[in-house]
Amino acid sequence: MKTVKKKKNAKVAFKVDGICGMCKKRIEIAALKTKGVKFAIWDVKTHQINLILDERKASLNTVKQNIANVGHDVENFIATDEAYNSVHPCCKYRDSEIDARPRAVLKKKKN
Amino acid sequence: MKKHILNSFILLFPIFILAQTNLKGMIMDQENPKDNLGVSGATVNWLNTNIGTITNEKGWFTIPFKKEYKKLVISYIGYKTDTIIVRDLTPIHHFITIENELKGITIRSKRDAVQKSLFATANTFTVNNDELLKAACCNLAESFETNPSIDVSFSDALTGTRQIQMLGLKSPYLQIMQENIPSIRGAAQAFGLTFTPGTWVESIQITKGAGSVVNGFESISGQINAELVKPFSDNKFFLNTYSSLNGRLELNTHFNRRVSEKWQTGLYIHGNYRGEKFDKNDDNFLDAPLANQINVMNRWQYTDAQNGWVSFINIRFLNDEKQTGEINFNPTLDKGNTNSWGSEIDTKRFETSLKLGYVFPEIPYQSVGLQLAYSNHQQDSYFGLNVYDIKHESLYSNLLFNSIIGDTRSKFKTGINFTYDKYNELVNTTNYKRKENSLGVFFEYAFDNLEDFSLTAGVRVDTHNLLGTFITPRLHLRYAPWENGVFRASAGRGKRSANIFAENQQLFASSRKIDIDAVGGNIYGLNPEIAWNYGVSYLQKFNLFNKKGDITFDFYRTDFSNQVVVDWENPQAVSFYNLNGKSIANNFQLELNYELAKNLNLRTAFKYFDISTDYKTGKLQKPLQPNNRFFVNISYETATKDNGSQWKLDLTFNNIGEQRLPDTATNPPQYQLPINSERYSLLNSQITKVFSNKFEIYAGGENLTNVQQVNPILGSENPFGPNFDSTIVYSPIFGRAIYAGLRFKIK
Repeated sequence: MKTVKKKKNAKVAFKVDGICGMCKKRIEIAALKTKGVKFAIWDVKTHQINLILDERKASLNTVKQNIANVGHDVENFIATDEAYNSVHPCCKYRDSEIDARPRAVLKKKKN
Repeated sequence: MKKHILNSFILLFPIFILAQTNLKGMIMDQENPKDNLGVSGATVNWLNTNIGTITNEKGWFTIPFKKEYKKLVISYIGYKTDTIIVRDLTPIHHFITIENELKGITIRSKRDAVQKSLFATANTFTVNNDELLKAACCNLAESFETNPSIDVSFSDALTGTRQIQMLGLKSPYLQIMQENIPSIRGAAQAFGLTFTPGTWVESIQITKGAGSVVNGFESISGQINAELVKPFSDNKFFLNTYSSLNGRLELNTHFNRRVSEKWQTGLYIHGNYRGEKFDKNDDNFLDAPLANQINVMNRWQYTDAQNGWVSFINIRFLNDEKQTGEINFNPTLDKGNTNSWGSEIDTKRFETSLKLGYVFPEIPYQSVGLQLAYSNHQQDSYFGLNVYDIKHESLYSNLLFNSIIGDTRSKFKTGINFTYDKYNELVNTTNYKRKENSLGVFFEYAFDNLEDFSLTAGVRVDTHNLLGTFITPRLHLRYAPWENGVFRASAGRGKRSANIFAENQQLFASSRKIDIDAVGGNIYGLNPEIAWNYGVSYLQKFNLFNKKGDITFDFYRTDFSNQVVVDWENPQAVSFYNLNGKSIANNFQLELNYELAKNLNLRTAFKYFDISTDYKTGKLQKPLQPNNRFFVNISYETATKDNGSQWKLDLTFNNIGEQRLPDTATNPPQYQLPINSERYSLLNSQITKVFSNKFEIYAGGENLTNVQQVNPILGSENPFGPNFDSTIVYSPIFGRAIYAGLRFKIK
């Protein structure tokens, strides 16, 4: 069996939904507060977050979940409506009138 | 190698066929192209649009294409962001390179000429090149005239040297650095600021209050750092000439060229000359010295972005000569006798420095830096029959390491430094020699919760052969209670040895006798200076009538627990003694910046000072210190045309409050001065016509209201007599001065 060595300074990037500088702050702080995450930068334009994390301490899923917990959607980790409602009105990325850009997570169909 | 290129083509080949309205491409790492693996997770987007994508695990990307899109931005964490021009659908194969961030990142956009940050923990602001160009001329000492935080005064009636002060304390209490290496200190204290030509300065960072522990223990009321132009970013060729109706001519030329892929070099030559004699106030003394200066610097910049190395090597040589005194003074005939009073100050300075920085390529928040600097400063001078020579050799070294604790909200800098200073002074017939060396370690912790709070706490421990072993703590706090408002507080300690002669050279151009009240200390028999500085500041940015503005309140206090008091209160002597009692400098400043209309900016400030010292004769306000100052600067520029042409206008008004004059009551009546000087106002203005990005001319006037001190030299008719004194200067000596110049640059 091949064991993958866990990197101390692994670089990871994925998309997170958000809109503005306020979102940026919220997303980055959520990522940095995750144990093992050393460095986090979210790009307002591209919606990409770049991380450096210690794979021995942090799991990528925890980071994604923590970001979703503050109200920002990540692929496979959708923010609960409660979390989403907590973000500032200008950050309501699910509202297509505020942000018409393609999203990391497609809109949930309204049933 | 060929095989790899071929491989890339094979990899990319299918993209050729599929490409229609999508642009495709591949991003690879410059450092590591051999394995043919692309960079996964890099961001690719069209400039100024929301259209973007991320490269897949093989480094490939596909992005919608329209004809309007021309510039493609490629960014990746820890790498330089590249913008490439796209003309058609030809697939892109682009290499990105690792970012080097040894000394901050310069952001190029339309920025304010003075930047006040809401986010920096310390009360720091940056003065950019745009702002520096507003000052009439010509060297670092004169670059602060449009800045209310720094006060500019004249040191004496003969040399016209400008002295700067911050928080009511003169430059020896400021730490002045050149690219983070302490530079204007020791022998260079009096004239050092005039030895850095203005065109060499790229930007200036001014920190009020305690400052950082990284660069030593000497700073007390603030730190000023001048970043010089860099071969990598400066114009290929730059020419500046300046000529003033008061007879001053200046020439600056910069040559920058790329030597190899990694090496860039720059040669910077400055010369100034004043050969005309002026005596507008008819006191038989030159109003401004005859002077000439040659100043040559060669810089080498090494950048190896792939491996994270950056280096600077500097070599500089300076020769400066000044002659002042009576109009008909002839050095060859009159030096050393009483035919005629005159003075010559000749300075030679050699300095060299090396900076080496390494950023860990995989972890952009971690770096190691080394700074080494050596300088040899020699000043030979005489003032009438007084002789003053000083030779100062100095070595500075600093090794520092930056990293994080846990994550990037907690950063630290730590390191070790060693300094060595050797002084050799001749004061008339007395020789003073002294060697100083110190070894110190420092640790500075910075926390930022990325929201409303940040803190920088530093401490250093130094072992100094003359100052002993001591601890220097410094603390800065920032708290943002609401949007666009920020409170700052700082506290810190500083300690230094006072170079009493070098810092007070004007005393030689007087008949005052020198009196040192030695108490057995290590420096001229005196004890070192120790002070604590505390300050609070509040900055609020606002938007009023759709125009931006900001308002700042500052209060700082410096409390000396020991000081070398310079006592000018006996007109026949100058005395140096250790403080016995209190010495306090309080400083309050209110500053308002507002954009009155598009491209029309107002900066205004009011400053209040209360600086008192317990002299042997009792508590007195510091002499020659205005009790307040009111400052207004208005600048206007027309919109820039496509070729860069525009007009720029700048007006600076200063109203300077009463100053207490040193006691002259024991002089004969004709040599007595009033207790206080009167208020006066100064007006400077400058107009620049930019013809294109290459060429501009400027003209201006200093002291337009023609304020002149009446009788700046006491006893000028009998300069070898007992009442000769050129040290009591509280307003300009030279009247109105009109100047003009040009700047020519090739990018």
